[in-house]
Amino acid sequence: MSKINEAFKEGKAFIPFITCGDPDLETTKKCVLEMVENGADLIELGIPFSDPTAEGPVIQGANIRALSNGITTDDVFELVKELRKTVKIPMVFMTYANVVFSYDAEKFISTCNEIGIDGLILPDLPYEEKEEFQSICDAYAVDLISLIAPTSEQRIAMIAKEAQGFIYLVSSLGVTGTRSEIKTDLASIVEVIRANSNVPCAIGFGISNPEQAAKMAAVSDGAIVGSAIIKLLEKYGKEAPKYVGEFVKGMKDAVRSV
Amino acid sequence: MTNQNGRFGIHGGQYIPETLMNAVIELEKAYNFYKNDPEFNRELTELFNEYAGRPSRLYYAEKMTKDLGGAKIYLKREDLNHTGAHKINNVLGQALLAKKMGKTRLIAETGAGQHGVATATAAALMGMECVVFMGEEDTKRQALNVYRMKLLGASVVPVKTGTATLKDAVSEAMREWTSRIADTHYCLGSVMGPHPFPTIVRDFQAVISKEIKEQMLEKEGRLPDVVMACVGGGSNAIGTFYNFIEDKEVRLVGCEAAGRGIDTFETAATINTGRVGIFHGMKSYFCQDKYGQIAPVYSISAGLDYPGIGPEHAHLHDIGRAEYVAITDEEAVNAFEYLAKTEGIIPAIESAHAVAQAIKIAPTMDKDKIIVITISGRGDKDCAAIARYRGEEIYE
Repeated sequence: MSKINEAFKEGKAFIPFITCGDPDLETTKKCVLEMVENGADLIELGIPFSDPTAEGPVIQGANIRALSNGITTDDVFELVKELRKTVKIPMVFMTYANVVFSYDAEKFISTCNEIGIDGLILPDLPYEEKEEFQSICDAYAVDLISLIAPTSEQRIAMIAKEAQGFIYLVSSLGVTGTRSEIKTDLASIVEVIRANSNVPCAIGFGISNPEQAAKMAAVSDGAIVGSAIIKLLEKYGKEAPKYVGEFVKGMKDAVRSV
Repeated sequence: MTNQNGRFGIHGGQYIPETLMNAVIELEKAYNFYKNDPEFNRELTELFNEYAGRPSRLYYAEKMTKDLGGAKIYLKREDLNHTGAHKINNVLGQALLAKKMGKTRLIAETGAGQHGVATATAAALMGMECVVFMGEEDTKRQALNVYRMKLLGASVVPVKTGTATLKDAVSEAMREWTSRIADTHYCLGSVMGPHPFPTIVRDFQAVISKEIKEQMLEKEGRLPDVVMACVGGGSNAIGTFYNFIEDKEVRLVGCEAAGRGIDTFETAATINTGRVGIFHGMKSYFCQDKYGQIAPVYSISAGLDYPGIGPEHAHLHDIGRAEYVAITDEEAVNAFEYLAKTEGIIPAIESAHAVAQAIKIAPTMDKDKIIVITISGRGDKDCAAIARYRGEEIYE
């Protein structure tokens, strides 16, 4: 059984995202500890990539800040080792296919297993291309997380049937970033997912406040938030951890109230 | 030579967000239908001939041949096409396809501006809305083309992210496509990106080698010994190569932009300096660091200033069917000036990379050998930049 399941055992999950190394690794570490302290159920750690094509301007900015500080994949692995001394909840990496491929996929994924990373989200790796990474993930017990989008339609069942860890349901068209309104009929997508998979399903993209998080959690198993957190890092820099902690607390309360 | 999942050997594929998967599946289905549809092909041929001015000439460069003293040189004059480059071939094909699919809006990326101008042109002709993404750096280098696109009714979005050049324009066009799919076709400008784009763009550009073959048989009664073209993403090169791939005696030579040299960091020579990676929807060769971060590339030519290469070229390189050589800024500028003075033809600085390679190899070849160089575009757009390179400021 995947360790990721634990994140959904106690009720609806709140899943915060952070780009590692923005503005520096020490701040990332403090933010993650604040997230854990304030009730995060699963943490998505972003490994920076030079050209994050699925991200809106906010997370693009975080990637650029981290890379201009010289953050590498090896630095992120060291950070995770450090975090795993105290952090017990599931953690997954979110990055791009080339970061894994260029490192040598087997070396990357076996390292994930060694340092305690439970899953891998690669937004530029659709169902059709996953086999190359899936077989290695299976060998090292790292869940390869599947994404489902509002445009997936007839593909939903096919993707859900092979999903592991959790299903990342993309709330709306476009890239990551906060949105004032989410119009997609997510409930009916979740219905198809449930009919084809027992894996929990969390919704991300465009969620920035407790009301939206509660609404998303009401129709699924949890809410994922990235850009709203990165905005705090953009605004407060090294002072961000306490603001991130407060934010996570508010979001978790909203999600659990559902 | 595409197999079912859009692979060329190990290269190609569809490394894109799930949000776009149904869009590329729909595109592939439509393309597979229309490419065999007589009415579609009749309309496209009419656009090629009546609107774009095809077939383009295969011109015997007699003065250049005599001056270099070796192989006989022919120029495939894609610079004489409407809008001044080979880009129009692909754009007319894709715009017609998009229209048949019921799309009303075209988006495109552009580097030098040639593909953007061609897309804006096709959109104007077919009554479609058009938005072109262009690196902010390139909007400054190619201000005249920005104006041309606007004149043609397109809106031009300057892209400020990353290096603010072609790769960032591609990323931004992909982001835009994920946010608006229903009415929008992404008119990709080169043989790159996710399947089916490398195949679709190649098929529309293959008219170049189809014509070269016919014209060469008519003029010389035989096939050429070498065909060569410049390579950024590689659309004019694949168009030049495609109908010769099975003719093993014809050498295929792609000319990459070495920038300030392949031993420097200021280069865009992907095959010569890159490694296999996954980016912009495809597996292929990319200029990147050891952690897979895409490298900021450089070339004097905005059209070759791209860190990747189309997957079919990557495969032709792997199997040894095509050769890829690197040409520096200096060599390209010399060739630009050489062709202007020798033949009265000002080539695009991109195409000058292929001319430079011909200048190197023609003198080493026998007089009964034949080289065809594709002049992918005309060089008016580059005059100000070349003047600057030579230390002369001119004002448009």
